[in-house]
Amino acid sequence: MKYLGRRLLRAALLLIGVSALCFLFTEMAPGSFFDEMRLNPQISPETISALRTQYGLDRPLPVRYARWMKSLVRGDLGYSIAYNIPVVSLLWVRAKNTLLLTGTALLLTWLIAVPLGVLTAASRGRLLDKAVAVGSSLLISIPEIVIAIALLALAVRTRIVPVGGMRSLGFEELSKWGQFQDVAGRMLLSTLVLVLASVAVVERHVRASVLEVLEAPYIHAARGLGISRMRLLFRHVLPVAANPAISLFGFSVAGLLSGSLLVEVVTGWPGLGPLILEATLARDLYLVIGGVMFSAVFMVVGNFVADLLLLSSDPRIRTGELDAG
Amino acid sequence: MRGRTPLLVLALATLHLMAIFAGFIAPYNPGAQNRELPYAPPTRVHFVDASGFHQRPFVYAPTFSLDSYEEDRTRELPIHLFVRGDTYTVLGILRSNLHLFRVDEPAHIFLLGSDGYGRDEFSRLLYGGQISLAAGLLATLLSLAVGTIVGTVSGYYGKWVDESLMGTAELFLSLPWFYFLIAVRAFLPLHLSPAETFLLLIGVIGLIGWARPARLVRGVVLSARSRNCVSAARGFGASDLYLLRRHILPETFGVLLTQAALLVPQYVAAEATLSFFGLGVSEPVPSWGNMLSTLQQYNVLVSYGWLLAPAGALVVTSVIYWLLADLLHSRLKSHSI
Repeated sequence: MKYLGRRLLRAALLLIGVSALCFLFTEMAPGSFFDEMRLNPQISPETISALRTQYGLDRPLPVRYARWMKSLVRGDLGYSIAYNIPVVSLLWVRAKNTLLLTGTALLLTWLIAVPLGVLTAASRGRLLDKAVAVGSSLLISIPEIVIAIALLALAVRTRIVPVGGMRSLGFEELSKWGQFQDVAGRMLLSTLVLVLASVAVVERHVRASVLEVLEAPYIHAARGLGISRMRLLFRHVLPVAANPAISLFGFSVAGLLSGSLLVEVVTGWPGLGPLILEATLARDLYLVIGGVMFSAVFMVVGNFVADLLLLSSDPRIRTGELDAG
Repeated sequence: MRGRTPLLVLALATLHLMAIFAGFIAPYNPGAQNRELPYAPPTRVHFVDASGFHQRPFVYAPTFSLDSYEEDRTRELPIHLFVRGDTYTVLGILRSNLHLFRVDEPAHIFLLGSDGYGRDEFSRLLYGGQISLAAGLLATLLSLAVGTIVGTVSGYYGKWVDESLMGTAELFLSLPWFYFLIAVRAFLPLHLSPAETFLLLIGVIGLIGWARPARLVRGVVLSARSRNCVSAARGFGASDLYLLRRHILPETFGVLLTQAALLVPQYVAAEATLSFFGLGVSEPVPSWGNMLSTLQQYNVLVSYGWLLAPAGALVVTSVIYWLLADLLHSRLKSHSI
């Protein structure tokens, strides 16, 4: 329990750190949302200063940060200046789509990468291992943006998968199954890009840690006892090799969130990505901060899930013998 | 592994020399527009006409008919090597107007086609490489500099300094960096001169990525600090600065070199991504990212495949640097053991 408590504390510190950094940057930024309004002769300077007061932008930084924190406790992240509605309601709709996309990609990545990593480690130096090594090196080195653009070009040209948006016209009239198919089809491209971009890293880590465990004496002993290969690999080796891989889980959530921002903009998936990019271009302060906080929360949750998994998979942590950094 | 090293060095040198001497290799200035030739396909270089084979290759002038380009077969326009053309500078010091190749007007030689303003994609690719590669290299230098300082202080002085610095590093490492990059960019002015944007971009990218090198340097410094030669030197009354300079920092060299090879392609891609979204280097200055941004329109993506060239350049750059990192990693590891 002490372990989990420490982890929770760290997560809270991380969120506070992220929000403080965001506010610090807003303070350092010249220019604001109202700059363009000022150029408009129909809007008087009084109106603008009234607006500034309304959004609390005339206060010094610490006051603004304190007020923002206070409202955060009530689940309120401030108002979007451009849309003039609460940031939370705006973000939540999009965040669900991002979660759907990254969640699916995360699941697929690990479902593919873990067995592949174990099998390549077991067949070290043979054809499968070499082929996967070449493929994963290539995937690791190709920038995500190139993967996204290349797949998009392929999809748009061949028209195999639909692109753009999340729902087809007439989505409401479809049956439940039809709606599912529609969304899945439109999600396919974005998911594929994310999986391709993240699968190689995970596969390599799993392979490396499995290789390490395969050297252990107890594995030789188990092999000597005649335990079958598959049972040996997945029942005896994998749980022990899982520790470093699970630590990677938290990072892979962060990586997928970063990647999804990019992919969403390129493929037109209505997630947080396009919204934040728009907000960035419009200098919609609280919306950007809110978006970053949302993604930070997802990431913290991902890390926490990884910690829970570690706790359940590694008895050494439960007894406090090993502190997984 | 050893046999591949010269090839890799050659590829690396070629890549960077092509960017440095972009002005010489490129037939046109990157900003030169030909409004009457938008989205011209790559110019075909001919050797053979009705009268047989020619030693000097030639091109035909493109003509626009209905909705597609055709070659005007009535006139053959030979490709000249080493001809005078637009002036350019190499590395900002050497002025020249000598070009590797060009064709006479009215034809244009677009080896990789032209973009929506009729600008030569090949020339822009070379000039864009200057921006993209320079951004990647300079941001890497910045990251490594900050990372080395923080890592050294953290590893050498230890205790609460170490804990607070490494805690911050962990914060930076676990952030979804792309959100962060965009957020930081969001709070900086949008409309700046290309030169200012370029420096800003390097600053933002470089400063966000300091955490990884810092952690690695800290590890090396930590182990170097407790070595016998360091203790002995300290016993002789060597100052902290002397110890760091003479005994400890040289140990970090290998780690830094490998890190550099890993960071450059990531930062080149980061620059490309930000510019792709319109947050980086802005028109008319070409960079690989903002050249790709026209592909956000589906009709361009479908019809004008040659505009994908910068994506190819990004892949080539990344692969070369990853291979380099791989090589450095295995070399330096075997060296130290």
